[in-house]
Amino acid sequence: MAAKIQVPREAKRGEIIEIRILIQHPMETGYRHDDVGHLIKRNVINVLSCRYNGVEVFRADLSSGISANPYVQFYTVAEASGDFEFTWIDDEGLQGSERQSIVVKG
Amino acid sequence: MRRARARFALVAAALAAGTALAQERAIPAGELKSGSAFLGPDLRALQNDDFANPGMLWVERGEKLWSEPAGKRTLACASCHKDTSMRGVAAHYPRIDKASGKLFNVESRINQCRTERMGAGPLRYESEELLALTAYVARQSLGLPIASSIEGAARAHFESGRAGYHRRRGQMNLSCAHCHDENWGKRLLSETISQGHPNAYPAYRMEWQTMGSLERRLRACLSGIRAEMLPYGSQEYLDLELFLAWRAQGLPIETPGVRR
Repeated sequence: MAAKIQVPREAKRGEIIEIRILIQHPMETGYRHDDVGHLIKRNVINVLSCRYNGVEVFRADLSSGISANPYVQFYTVAEASGDFEFTWIDDEGLQGSERQSIVVKG
Repeated sequence: MRRARARFALVAAALAAGTALAQERAIPAGELKSGSAFLGPDLRALQNDDFANPGMLWVERGEKLWSEPAGKRTLACASCHKDTSMRGVAAHYPRIDKASGKLFNVESRINQCRTERMGAGPLRYESEELLALTAYVARQSLGLPIASSIEGAARAHFESGRAGYHRRRGQMNLSCAHCHDENWGKRLLSETISQGHPNAYPAYRMEWQTMGSLERRLRACLSGIRAEMLPYGSQEYLDLELFLAWRAQGLPIETPGVRR
């Protein structure tokens, strides 16, 4: 599961920063049929969570209405230097994670 | 004096031939519009955003595959293509391979390299690996104008592609030209008909929810007019791809494009 995240390398304390993530995932809806008519089992990333220095700052419950290769963007306030860590899990139990650090000045 | 006149005649003849060929184009160079011109501002923004463009996932995978050894000789693409960038290469495809005299698109060129030089098996059309490598190679020509040659051995393929483009087919009895030359810019239900240019492929299509090759897009058009879909890599597609490249000459490469 390829994924990439974008976090500013540095920011001023109190600054509003943009965080972005793109995950490669089929987000199989569970409503489609294969070539011989069998239902394809649902497989979507159902929970996506982001922790900033260990504190959860963002969480999304994704469902079959979300397109393949989901892209998520949100804003938070830069408080201290440290790590942003994303974790997610899909219906098949496959887990993924990505981490990036930020330096907060001032 | 006489020589000068002869040279002038030659130049005039060449110019006339050039103009004649230019006049054959249904859409003159000044009116060429990439498929992105027919998108809404949201999809255009997505395509131009290197981070959010989902096609970049394939480009980045291709970059990794480029230096991964494959096959009996444990060679990677990068083992031979060490210092040479692939910039500009995809802009000249499809092109004639000098050794075999055959017409190659980027996909079949990659597979030829794999089978003949690396001792690896060919990658299946539309496989994640082939899409990734093709996208990685094409991405390096970002912004460069399409400049395929239709001279020499390519000429016959070009003529065959042109004939294929104008041939009516399928239950709807339509040729490519009926939509993409004569009616581009008009509506087909909720869609705006594009000029049908190949400059963004492999592209990420919303309808597919994934990346796909130009041939997959051609098959989607054929299916739409209820015509027979040919197998991937068939000669008719290759010839058509060459004609499309000539038709789009000068349009900048946008791979990986984002399309509806």
